[in-house]
Amino acid sequence: MAATVARATGGRAPHDGPPAGPAAGAARRPGRVRRVGLPYLLLLPALLLELLVHLVPMVIGTVMSFKELTQFFIRDWGAAPWSGLDNYTVAVDFDGPVGADLLHSFLITVAFTVLSVGLCWALGTAAAICMQDTFRGRGLLRALFLVPYALPVYAAVITWVFMFQHDNGLVNHVLHDQLGLTDKPSFWLIGDNAFVALLTVSVWKGWPFAFLIVMAGLQNIPRELYEAAALDGAGVWQQIRRITLPSLRPVNQVLVLVLFLWTFNDFNTPYVLFGKSAPASADLISVHIYQESFATWNFGRGSAMSVLLLLFLLVVTGVHLAVTSRGRRVRTRA
Amino acid sequence: MPSPRSPMAAPRSFQWTRRVFLTLLTAFVLLPVYVMVSSSLKPLADVTSGFHWLPSGLTLRPYIDIWSTVPLARYFVNSLVVAGAATVCSVVIAVFAAYAVSRYDFRGKRVFTVTVLSTQMFPGILFLLPLFLLYVNIGNTTGIALFGSRGGLILTYLTFSLPFSIWMLIGYFDSVPRDLDEAALVDGCGPLRALFRVVVPAAVPGIVAVAVYAFMTAWGEVLFASVMTNDTTRTLAVGLQGYSTLNDVYWNQIMAASLVVSVPVVAGFLLLQRYLVAGLTAGAVK
Repeated sequence: MAATVARATGGRAPHDGPPAGPAAGAARRPGRVRRVGLPYLLLLPALLLELLVHLVPMVIGTVMSFKELTQFFIRDWGAAPWSGLDNYTVAVDFDGPVGADLLHSFLITVAFTVLSVGLCWALGTAAAICMQDTFRGRGLLRALFLVPYALPVYAAVITWVFMFQHDNGLVNHVLHDQLGLTDKPSFWLIGDNAFVALLTVSVWKGWPFAFLIVMAGLQNIPRELYEAAALDGAGVWQQIRRITLPSLRPVNQVLVLVLFLWTFNDFNTPYVLFGKSAPASADLISVHIYQESFATWNFGRGSAMSVLLLLFLLVVTGVHLAVTSRGRRVRTRA
Repeated sequence: MPSPRSPMAAPRSFQWTRRVFLTLLTAFVLLPVYVMVSSSLKPLADVTSGFHWLPSGLTLRPYIDIWSTVPLARYFVNSLVVAGAATVCSVVIAVFAAYAVSRYDFRGKRVFTVTVLSTQMFPGILFLLPLFLLYVNIGNTTGIALFGSRGGLILTYLTFSLPFSIWMLIGYFDSVPRDLDEAALVDGCGPLRALFRVVVPAAVPGIVAVAVYAFMTAWGEVLFASVMTNDTTRTLAVGLQGYSTLNDVYWNQIMAASLVVSVPVVAGFLLLQRYLVAGLTAGAVK
């Protein structure tokens, strides 16, 4: 890595500028003065776009959640009447039908996310560790493992939809026709099995990212640690437990958080897998809110649910960061 | 070449566990790929009558039919334009931003990085509705058509990859020695020239990695594409659903189309994955 960087720049940099002469010393001072505004200028495009696409809509979304924004006010949403906390009270009234559905969807999403992130992390870490040593075909295997991550979501998920078909899918063919594990062909995309189907697809699609990150993290573990451990007589399993896994902790903390946020917010997978209305067992929160907003055109209520979702994610992220940074402080002190 | 782990040979138990685990994992990963490829070469009767591991006869017919069943070529061009433009813009903007954060001390630096990163956390659904209204209203008041146009989609997608790109490039630029661009500055280069002549060439793997990520993000997005496009600007993400809403589900054509739309990204990704791992090692994972 360092070698490529050196090769890319070495020898080129000194020749590029104009020949150093009396101008060189003088150029430095005006440069300094200009620098004060320059960083802001460089940041401006990124900042403006983030404002336009993320931050302003988020503020608008929060405002919308306090309005009675139904289909009558789409053209001129400013004219929608204020409704105070009504949208929120409906959303969190878990005895009412809307609130009960939202709570159910939330719990399903939590269960799904925990399982999916756990499995993705475990598979990715195990595969990365297995491929730490060089062996024949390692490069090819690594490329193959990254294919699910590289495939466009809709192409990959639609293939799974085909595999989960009741009459002509591979899954029923193998489980029922060939292995005889089920009495009759199962339905995978409706009913309770849908949760399993969703989890399978999500793990298949998500684990290569964990693999990629852990693989990158492994390259930063100094080899001397392993050599010293081997001299002390530690076997492979012990090396994994005592060196590899602890060294990966900082990487894992970020990885798990990112996986959690992506999985919890995932819309693409369930949307392509089930279409507009997901079965109750796999009713993830993103699709639920989408459905709630666009089926009823009640954007105010949809926004209130989105705000609640964001608050939940903020709390989880905050707690995660607090716990991990405290852990880091304790470890460095010890 | 010495192996990264212990100089001792791994014990039998580890070798066997590894072999079994990697074999099972490979099967899990490749199963859908096999289904996609084999089904795309089957006649329609073969995919509707039940699943068969081996096709009864091979045909390239699905690859011809996919272009006429739905206007796939138009969707393809739309996706290419949208993802390509979003990638170029996103990379250029991320390079500027990352350079500022990596090389300058200024007030609000921390606020900027935290804000940008935290947008990754927002559920897409939260700003889909307001963005939808915002684009419609901008169109009504200024006449700039963002809703339903490719421009609106490009604008939206480039911000999706921006936070991760900036974050990764900050790490990457930090690993490029400061002496290099300081030397260029002393030689009389302006800061922008120093960036493009010295820092950018040294960070090519990181920039390639970021570009791959940005392209994949835009190429695969479904939620915004399904709301913010119309018949003429529809992208592949939505267009591919056209094969299954008809009375007959042409599974062989769906698989052929899926393969065709996957080839550009998967090929590009596999060619450039070396850079992605290198970029992640230097940038994101430190």
